[in-house]
Amino acid sequence: MPMNIYEKIWEAHRVHEEPGQDTVLYIDRHLVHEVTSPQAFEGLRLAGRKARRPELTFATMDHNIPTTGRDQPIRDPLSRQQVEVLKTNCAEFGIVCFDMHDRRNGIVHVIGPELGLTLPGFTIVCGDSHTSTHGAFGALAFGIGTSEVEHVLATQTLLQRKAKTMEVRVNGTLPVGITAKDIILAIIGKIGTAGGTGYVMEYTGEAIRSLSMEGRMTVCNMSIEAGARAGLISPDATTVAYLKDRPYLPKDTPREELERRWLGWASDAGCTYDATVVLDAGAVEPQVTWGTSPGMVTGITSSTPVLSAIADPNERHEAEKALEYMGLCEGVPMQEVTINKMFLGSCTNSRIEDLRAASRLVKGHKVHPSIALAIVVPGSHQVKEQAEAEGLDRIFKEAGFEWRDAGCSMCLAMNDDRLDPGDRCASTSNRNFEGRQGKGGRTHLVSPAMAVAAAITGRFTDIRNWQFN
Amino acid sequence: MKPFTTLKGIAVPLDRQNVDTDQIIPKQFLKRIERTGYEDALFFDWRFKQDGKTVDETFEFNAPRYRGAKILLARDNFGCGSSREHAPWALDNYGIRCIIAPSYADIFHNNCFNNGMLPVRLEAGAVDRLFVELRATEGYALEIDLPSQTVRTPSGEAIHFEIDPFLKERLLNGWDQIGLTLRHADKIAAYEAAHAG
Repeated sequence: MPMNIYEKIWEAHRVHEEPGQDTVLYIDRHLVHEVTSPQAFEGLRLAGRKARRPELTFATMDHNIPTTGRDQPIRDPLSRQQVEVLKTNCAEFGIVCFDMHDRRNGIVHVIGPELGLTLPGFTIVCGDSHTSTHGAFGALAFGIGTSEVEHVLATQTLLQRKAKTMEVRVNGTLPVGITAKDIILAIIGKIGTAGGTGYVMEYTGEAIRSLSMEGRMTVCNMSIEAGARAGLISPDATTVAYLKDRPYLPKDTPREELERRWLGWASDAGCTYDATVVLDAGAVEPQVTWGTSPGMVTGITSSTPVLSAIADPNERHEAEKALEYMGLCEGVPMQEVTINKMFLGSCTNSRIEDLRAASRLVKGHKVHPSIALAIVVPGSHQVKEQAEAEGLDRIFKEAGFEWRDAGCSMCLAMNDDRLDPGDRCASTSNRNFEGRQGKGGRTHLVSPAMAVAAAITGRFTDIRNWQFN
Repeated sequence: MKPFTTLKGIAVPLDRQNVDTDQIIPKQFLKRIERTGYEDALFFDWRFKQDGKTVDETFEFNAPRYRGAKILLARDNFGCGSSREHAPWALDNYGIRCIIAPSYADIFHNNCFNNGMLPVRLEAGAVDRLFVELRATEGYALEIDLPSQTVRTPSGEAIHFEIDPFLKERLLNGWDQIGLTLRHADKIAAYEAAHAG
């Protein structure tokens, strides 16, 4: 019987099953960062347990680390402690850890693929909800809690219940100016932030096939924002091409054999899903969120909602609360909304292609005088090096953007990069929750191109009319 | 893990949909390396004003009548967003061991069970009714009975809820997942042997 990719990976990783109980599922790759792991390592110590397969686990520090002054010790004592504790835990349990100064360091969901730790057909987990990113390679990848981090360290497995599957088919061709970010925001706008709850999504269709690996990662990254723990894309020639010369690729298997295996994970023709959602790429505009949930999103030529037009009372109440928090009135055209800060970065949009796309708009322009802060934060040391080799850093700096060191930065503002109360930010990150980027801060999620365009014009702008230099 | 069998206590309302784990516990509290001591961080940005000290009296959760609550009454998609287990830890540390809502985000739902906490799913209509009764009656306490899968209101009404039988058994016995899985250590070793290289 034809199987979809989720069914194939699930079948291949079942270790043990008993009727009525959760399946013991084998985990091929475990990624660890400093915020969600200390209590897991402590749990192992208290129980006198070891890490079962430390060589399958890799650690990086990304959430807490500063993006400036890296030659100095981390100023915040709690952040510094968390980073130090990760290092000592990894040393004690025999796990490779990419220290803040290591060339391989970066955001966990940027370095996994970059280093070849993320492979098609793998089961990948991390104590981080954006682990869904790795699904772009045709891996079953999802976020877990700290108790589960401890479980994976101790057993190299997880107890799982099989999910339902949802095909999200994006037909047609992406219009000029429309990016992977706009596609995923439009999907979340269509199905809602709980639309994918209980499902694993597979993205299909020609618009998805046409995306680069970077674009596919952006799409899969935000699956969790639609409620789905995992989002996958079947591997193809684009996937195989990306996985060339990555340092951690398996060494003892011939390349042809690896490629044959990787492509073999793709969903079979004629496979079925529990649900299907269809989107026409041609109808998608550049997207901007207006509220405090990623589902509160609209096209750049649209306006904030009119409350009386929302039929559902709970939804209307939420929209009202969101507009109040965001300091926006009803029915305001998005292109009239001005910003004072901009963040280009995060595990959603900090890869080389994101920086290239943004730099093309930036060239020959200047950041608007009303902008108090506009920072560009590459996803990893290697992305930063590559961008500098291509001269992208100079384009950003000449225009008035700050060029920072790699890390999660202002996506969740655990380091010093954060919004002040009342700030309004165009952000390429993934969550516009209240206070996410700093208490009282107002976040609008957009693509990298839309973010830099807003920083240059001081307001949200339809990049389809951009004056390129 | 602490077992969960029955619980009787004051219920506190949180009348918002899509409450994300950033609201349940904001990021500045995730820098600690302990598993306890998060009670003051719970709903921090809503409970306290901008200065982080002054209690915001307009936030319903803060009303004196709900002090000592053990049960949280919430809306759809509770616990969405980040996977941080600090969210159930903060609720637990505060004294809330049971949540009642029409639906939950997956990771948060899992995390609750791994901490011996019960997320009860009731249909939206029943939750609406509980919100009305709760606000109308000071000292409104609910009785949660996991063995019989019921929520009992002060008037004696028993509302049945569904729960996965395996998850129910885990809570009732306080089984820790690692212990459960390690009963199959031989099967894990066999899997690894078959997939070596």
